[in-house]
Amino acid sequence: MNLDNWLPLLIVASSLVPGVVIFFLKEGSHGTRTFLNLAGAAVKLLLVGVMIWGVFHQHNYETRWTLAPGLDLVLRADTLSVLFVTLSTVLWLVTTVYAIGYLEKSPHRSRFFGFFSLCVSATIGLALAGNLFTFVIFYELLTLATYPLVAHRGTPEALRGARIYLAYTLGGGALLLIGTVWLHVIAGPTAFIEGGVLSQLPAEYHGQLKAIFLLLLIGLGVKAALVPLHGWLPQAMVAPAPVSALLHAVAVVKAGAFGIVRVVYDVYGVNFTDQLGLLAVLGVAAAITIVYGSLKALFQDNLKKRLAYSTVSQVSYIALGTAILGPIGTIGGIVHLVHQGIMKITLFFAAGNYAETLGIHKVSEMNGVGQRMPATTLAFSIAALGMIGIPPIAGFISKWYLGLGAIEADMAGWVIPVLIISSLLNAAYFLPVLYRAWFCQPAPAWPAEHIPAARYETAGALLWPPVVTAGLALAAGLFAAAPYSPLEWADLIAQREYGL
Amino acid sequence: MMTAHWLYGLTGCLVVALGLRTALLHATLLHRLIGINVMGAGVFLVLIAVAYRGPGVAPDPVPQALVLTGIVVAVSATALALALGRRLTAEQDNE
Amino acid sequence: MNDTLIWLVALPLVGSIATLLLPRQATGLVNVTAVATTAIAGTLLYTVAGQGALSYEIGGWMAGLGIALRADGLSSLLLVMTALVVLASSFYAGAYFSKTAERARFWPLWLMLWTALNALLLSGDLFNLYVTLELLGLSAVALASLGGKLAAVQAALRYLLVGLLGSMMFLAGVSLIYAGYGTLDLATLAQAVEPGPVAWTALALMTAGLLLKTALFPLHFWLPPAHASAPAPVSAVLSALVVKAAFYLILRLWLDVFANMVTPAAARLLGVMGAAAILWGSWRALRTERLKLLAAYSTVAQLGYLFLSFPVLLALPPGPARDAALGGLVILALTHGFAKAGLFLAIGIIQQRAGHDRIRELDGTAQRLPATTFAIALGGVALIGLPPSGAFLGKWQLISGAFATGQWLWVLVIIAGSLLAAAYMFRVLGHAFGNRAYPQRAVTVAREEWPALVLTGTAVIGLGLAGAPVWQLLGSNA
Repeated sequence: MNLDNWLPLLIVASSLVPGVVIFFLKEGSHGTRTFLNLAGAAVKLLLVGVMIWGVFHQHNYETRWTLAPGLDLVLRADTLSVLFVTLSTVLWLVTTVYAIGYLEKSPHRSRFFGFFSLCVSATIGLALAGNLFTFVIFYELLTLATYPLVAHRGTPEALRGARIYLAYTLGGGALLLIGTVWLHVIAGPTAFIEGGVLSQLPAEYHGQLKAIFLLLLIGLGVKAALVPLHGWLPQAMVAPAPVSALLHAVAVVKAGAFGIVRVVYDVYGVNFTDQLGLLAVLGVAAAITIVYGSLKALFQDNLKKRLAYSTVSQVSYIALGTAILGPIGTIGGIVHLVHQGIMKITLFFAAGNYAETLGIHKVSEMNGVGQRMPATTLAFSIAALGMIGIPPIAGFISKWYLGLGAIEADMAGWVIPVLIISSLLNAAYFLPVLYRAWFCQPAPAWPAEHIPAARYETAGALLWPPVVTAGLALAAGLFAAAPYSPLEWADLIAQREYGL
Repeated sequence: MMTAHWLYGLTGCLVVALGLRTALLHATLLHRLIGINVMGAGVFLVLIAVAYRGPGVAPDPVPQALVLTGIVVAVSATALALALGRRLTAEQDNE
Repeated sequence: MNDTLIWLVALPLVGSIATLLLPRQATGLVNVTAVATTAIAGTLLYTVAGQGALSYEIGGWMAGLGIALRADGLSSLLLVMTALVVLASSFYAGAYFSKTAERARFWPLWLMLWTALNALLLSGDLFNLYVTLELLGLSAVALASLGGKLAAVQAALRYLLVGLLGSMMFLAGVSLIYAGYGTLDLATLAQAVEPGPVAWTALALMTAGLLLKTALFPLHFWLPPAHASAPAPVSAVLSALVVKAAFYLILRLWLDVFANMVTPAAARLLGVMGAAAILWGSWRALRTERLKLLAAYSTVAQLGYLFLSFPVLLALPPGPARDAALGGLVILALTHGFAKAGLFLAIGIIQQRAGHDRIRELDGTAQRLPATTFAIALGGVALIGLPPSGAFLGKWQLISGAFATGQWLWVLVIIAGSLLAAAYMFRVLGHAFGNRAYPQRAVTVAREEWPALVLTGTAVIGLGLAGAPVWQLLGSNA
């Protein structure tokens, strides 16, 4: 058994197989379900560790399966896929623990965890995709796996949110499909190769290539929540907190952003994209989204909605980094993929804790919650400060590189103002929340105290995940220069892309 | 030159057209069924005309076989249609 | 090895008569016959994959006077699909029809239908095709009328008359062919046919008759009531197999026999009708109140995809591009067969449990039967054409061919059809999520739910992931 051929498939299978088995489990078998979930996550982590070691030592891991003439399903481990896979795996483990605690006493848990595992499998498959065809397959599978999660609660609002989600993502998927098939017809099977292959095509195809890029961008932009395709994201907040955490930190939104990164770097090639004038288009879309998302976040009282718009804004930093020509901008965008994931998931975990423990859904209800739930609020604060860009938390690193890259690429004129404005807006919608949480007197009674104050402020499974991820956010910033840190990986990716 | 088998053939086509017209334009089951049967008769007529191979030569057996098979099929189909028609009337009376 | 061809026809025929004579052992007989015939079909597929096309002359009489049976890659694939669908549906029907009297009427007709399907797929000459078409039509009508109620009988009667009309037109075309070329053998005709008024009229008549039987818009009016009023296993087979048989014949005629006289304009006409079928069928499916009608209209729409392939296929020059597109067309047909059959079986389960199939009132039933709902979801994935179903590969090839030949309008129709299909399928699936906790076991009614799951699973996973051999098998054609 040649590990080189099987490892990518095994990594996908490590969550797919438990997921399928979980579907058939009776509702009451908590133990088996928990075991399967955690065992799958542990196995996956182990396999990913093997893969990281292997990629670093120049092993070539590739699983290839022919689905039709000219259409190969390819799962391959390169530096970019390793980054995303590692992020997904670590965050899945943490989210699984959180979900087990959050959904205690909820119905339909077998169905939930089954689709949860399918969702992660789809994300991993997408991360490991070695060509655009495989990417599209897992992109659509992700839509299918996440719909039941959004609709999980079964209330009319949940179903409505799920319908809107589906309308947006299936529409985006259709455009992505058209663009990909068109590209296939012109340029043959589009494998992901650093530096891109399309620059080889003769000039008469450039018009079609521009049109294809726009189609791909819109298709991917729906999931990446680029304005004006972001409408589904606030609606999808009806999902349970673990789902929001997963969707916004790891799976769906990142998948869209990851796709954009792949298309620009590994299909078109960043220099060619710039040559076609498309990098500017991407940059403008990213800039508009960054500012718009932050503005809308200011006016939201519902905590999850505020975080949702913050996601809309923050994920576009990745797109912005991609739009900045030059290795430093690239590093900024790619490393933010990891940093934003860790920070945002912390924020959503905290929001979920507030809702589950004290019934808090609105910012206006958060007065003094820091005294009642200090650990959660500390995690929230670290993540929020990171989002604003305060050193030494990870978010600062991303913004620093983005700014530096913009200066290098002579784009400082509009990128730096965008960065400054958005950081100010971030502060404007996060700092008041922190002030309320720490420095205001709490109201006489919490809206609905489900979990009474005990030795720990809330259930263990709810408490530890945000603390862990907040720690990771801090570590990613403090130890950014250490080997195997997200920043070092992003540096490696940028080197390979620009041929340095 | 208008020999007999050409006449048969053309008549057959005409009969097919007439049968088709009845089948399409009338709504009653019996009308339609008869129309289809008439169409069938027309097609059989054409086939018989095709079987002619010249004076004194035995006619081609293949089209004759086709006609016989076709008649059997038409009879079975008509029987089924009539049975369903009776069922339909019974169900309509039950309503 | 060539004997397998005659066994495929003889076994179900003998089984049909046996179940008529021995009604008490009927279910057992059916299961045995079904398994045996499926095994033989599988052997045939394997042999054809290795050796290429097979043929068999009944009674030893040569083609021209005798009846020749022929099996190539395309017919073998369809034979295996037929066998698997009928096998699963037979298993299902054993539980669906709870009364012995119902089963006694059902089994002989069921196996007769299978005989007709197999004979049609194996026929090597035009007149045998006519006979098997009629046999197929009559068995299908009789089965459809087993629903018993007024609506079912009316729909069955309309189906019969339309079918007869179609067959008559087909026969007219056949007689013209014989008049013009003196032979009815398909292989001989393929060499002999030349463009001319006789061939043209014959092709037009035969195609028109077959279009009636395959329910292409605007000749589709008979299908929704017939398929919606029939019992569940019958609907499954009608939608998945019977209309496909007529389509298979059109494919044979247009691509094999009359290949050198088909013009782009004629192909475009079929394509336009196909596009209209997709849009109209999907729209009606979206608006309907009943699950079975939704599935029936979905069949009308999905058949449109098959006809949409014609202009794309015929615009591509012979070569790897055209082979890829043909394979896409066939895998679309296969996926739809499995998916639609599974879907109808699952809907049948819901209809029996709930007593009705109104979509608005599905909530409780859909949530109590997770395996059934999952089967519907899988079927929906295949109908929409999402990965990893075989339909995704098929649509990809179709869109690819459309782009390659510059006919990008078809791409818009295909995408619109997929989005509409998503709309009507998810409208149904939304009812599977409720906020009440039902005591849940995954599979409730094993004998009925497993066939539905297996069929839709084949469409989504089997054909999607292991579909590459389809192209190889078709390559062993001409």
